[in-house]
Amino acid sequence: MNYTDTSITATIPFLSLENVRKTYPGVVALDGFSMEVRPGEVIGLVGENGAGKSTLMKILGGVTTPDTGTITVDGAAHNSLSVEGSLGSGIAFVHQELNLFDNLDVAANIFFGREPLRAGPLRLVDRTKLREMVAPLLKRVGANFSADTQVADLSLAQQQMVEIAKALSIKARLVILDEPTSSLPLAETDKLLDVIKALKADGISVIFISHRLHEVERVADRVVVLRDGMLAGTLGKRDINHDQMVKLMIGRMLKEREKASEAARAPGATALSAKAIRTPTYPSRPVDLEVRRGEILGLAGLVGSGRTELARVFFGIDASLGGTLELDGKPLALGSAADAVAQGIFLVPEDRKLTGILLDLSIAQNISLPNLPAHAKRSLVSASAEATTAEKQKKNLGIKAPSVATRTGTLSGGNQQKVVLGKWLAMNPKVMILDEPTRGIDIGAKAEIYGLMRALADAGVAVLMISSDMEEVIGVSDRIAVMHEGHISGILDKDHFSQENVLLLAVGKQPK
Amino acid sequence: MTKKDLGLLILILVVGAIVAIINPRFLLPINLANTSNLIGLFGILSIGQAFVIITGGIELSVGSVVALLGTLFIDFIAVRGMGWPIAFVLILVLGAIIGLAHGWLITRLKLQPFVVTLCGLLIYRGVARFYTADGTAGFAFGQNFPDLEFLTAGRSWGVPNSFIALIVIAMVMWVVLHRSVFGRYLYAIGKNEEAAKYSGIRTGRIVMAAYVICGVLTALSAIYFAMYTRSISPASHGQFYELYAIAAAVLGGFSLRGGEGSLIGVLLGTVLLQELQNLVNLLGIPSSLNFAVMGGVILIGVLVDQQWGVFRARRRMVDASRKSMAGAAAE
Repeated sequence: MNYTDTSITATIPFLSLENVRKTYPGVVALDGFSMEVRPGEVIGLVGENGAGKSTLMKILGGVTTPDTGTITVDGAAHNSLSVEGSLGSGIAFVHQELNLFDNLDVAANIFFGREPLRAGPLRLVDRTKLREMVAPLLKRVGANFSADTQVADLSLAQQQMVEIAKALSIKARLVILDEPTSSLPLAETDKLLDVIKALKADGISVIFISHRLHEVERVADRVVVLRDGMLAGTLGKRDINHDQMVKLMIGRMLKEREKASEAARAPGATALSAKAIRTPTYPSRPVDLEVRRGEILGLAGLVGSGRTELARVFFGIDASLGGTLELDGKPLALGSAADAVAQGIFLVPEDRKLTGILLDLSIAQNISLPNLPAHAKRSLVSASAEATTAEKQKKNLGIKAPSVATRTGTLSGGNQQKVVLGKWLAMNPKVMILDEPTRGIDIGAKAEIYGLMRALADAGVAVLMISSDMEEVIGVSDRIAVMHEGHISGILDKDHFSQENVLLLAVGKQPK
Repeated sequence: MTKKDLGLLILILVVGAIVAIINPRFLLPINLANTSNLIGLFGILSIGQAFVIITGGIELSVGSVVALLGTLFIDFIAVRGMGWPIAFVLILVLGAIIGLAHGWLITRLKLQPFVVTLCGLLIYRGVARFYTADGTAGFAFGQNFPDLEFLTAGRSWGVPNSFIALIVIAMVMWVVLHRSVFGRYLYAIGKNEEAAKYSGIRTGRIVMAAYVICGVLTALSAIYFAMYTRSISPASHGQFYELYAIAAAVLGGFSLRGGEGSLIGVLLGTVLLQELQNLVNLLGIPSSLNFAVMGGVILIGVLVDQQWGVFRARRRMVDASRKSMAGAAAE
């Protein structure tokens, strides 16, 4: 760690963390992490998904307690912070998902719960005074909207300005921005970066967490890189550049995990092909992608790069705004998920409990659901036919449950995921899309799910696996397509697999 | 029969026994026949409502539909001289069209069920009143439809035919709700519409079908009500019937969030409501208190059911922790 910028080192840090460690059952989320933030300093905090950034934020926000380590805020040392303590000492958060009431106006949001009141027992809000209090805050963040605008009518960047104004209203001394630009168009991003500079000029510190490294480059005084819960390195103002950050994020010694597994397979025919598909989230970014029979195509990219949105279009949940889909060379028109299922295109969704299974139904009922007419005689459901199918999947997938009549809500995450898989395996998949298939699943079940995906591919199914787990993408895929801000920034074949290449593509650079 | 249904049945028997002890007239054949006739009429209505509630929706226009279609039915056969079987089918078709329209507005245009059917409540009542110029629709003196009257208001072996109709409909609908593919889809959608959609179910069509079923059953009960009262003043006929239907479903264990409830439950709910009405009459409680008694009983019923659920969940947790402690001790 070398602090090159001596002008700032002179001042006493507003916040410093020393040797902070936090473990969750089975995982070390933060390991002996130290950093400091000086008044008026903008720190860029970067790291891959799962590097420990969110844990760090939770500790600073007082939501979680570190196992060991010291947190010194404004000269006072603590073992941990409470939510009130964090707020009270002037640490404010602007989260990726904004916490605004979009049915209220700007002023009401900024002073929510702290409204100035008029005299009298009715506790009426003093709107004149409220407006007077809000005006200077909006001016400081350079807002071009008035205090009585409905939040719903504001753009995302403007909403973020409201959040920052809210932070200023509690006299924040450190504003933590978590992925503030991930959903912003470019012009709006510039505005936000200007606000950060204005905060800095006022002596307020900023921690700017972003996957968009060029923005970090533009705004940060210092960059702190997290990797596997540890401090991978700190870059002073002059050393901040894209390559340095990527190098630290991956680690110098690239883990040579890519055990060029079994000789490269002969690619099969194209099963699903997308031409100039445009998702509702990234309407101006057409996507071309081909998934071949017998391969596992990994779809990598940072959170918010548009992978799930693409999967939703392939599964007929969202309509594409343009372009064409083809299945086995024939045009494919999807009006609903039912159409996709009828064609043998199946999705194992990201949010298992919300969209993957019905927690109140039994294993058998979940597995038969997409293909219920096949389990019925004269449209009456045959419980025995359901049980037969389910028993087969239970055995095949090793679902651990007392019986197929067990409610899926009582199963572990891994077993629930197997039920989702079983529901599709009981039919004949042509294209299997899996969105973060091993998230929240223990290691044993993970390996089984990898084995299943490989078996599917070997049986001639086209498998598309969306994953944010770098090792998983590299270890399991036959090819890797990487998305960056809504489009495919590159496709790697097995010879070019490396964490560095995937990450470079994920941040919009060319691989080496 | 679920435990919930069994509890409700016991409640019905206990209340019945108490009423019978205080006023033995409760058990007179004439009283039982009258009550079972009303159970038949309201039961058909409530089953329709149940199909909508199971999807997580609600149908508020039921009472107004009973008024409008009842008025039309009497007008068709008494004034326009239409053959009653044709009028009968026509009314059922109109009921289906109303249900289809509601279902279409809710699933395709994404309007809230409450709003759509509230507008229906106002519209159909208004149309019914306009149609008769706020007069009364009824039969002329001496007008007779022996077959129709036998089927709707007559009795077989002392049992009102309306009640027999309910039993037949209930058996068919029990199979549809609890055994058919469509019924499974209804429950799946009620529990989690997104997950159902992600399983490849065409959720919109299924929900629409539920409203159509509700519309047809409401139309059928409209005919029964019309033939029971024989004269309809559209300003008040059928008022609050949607609430009777919803109350029967809720008493019968349906959740307004959807995905929960059984056909036997809604039947027993209807029986209990009519028993309470009868109780008010027989025990000399001022009939102005009618609604208050119903409301009170429903509130207590729902409260007991909810508390019982909390109690059971707590006991399950205690059991589980005891088991795991015993397991730990064994190791």
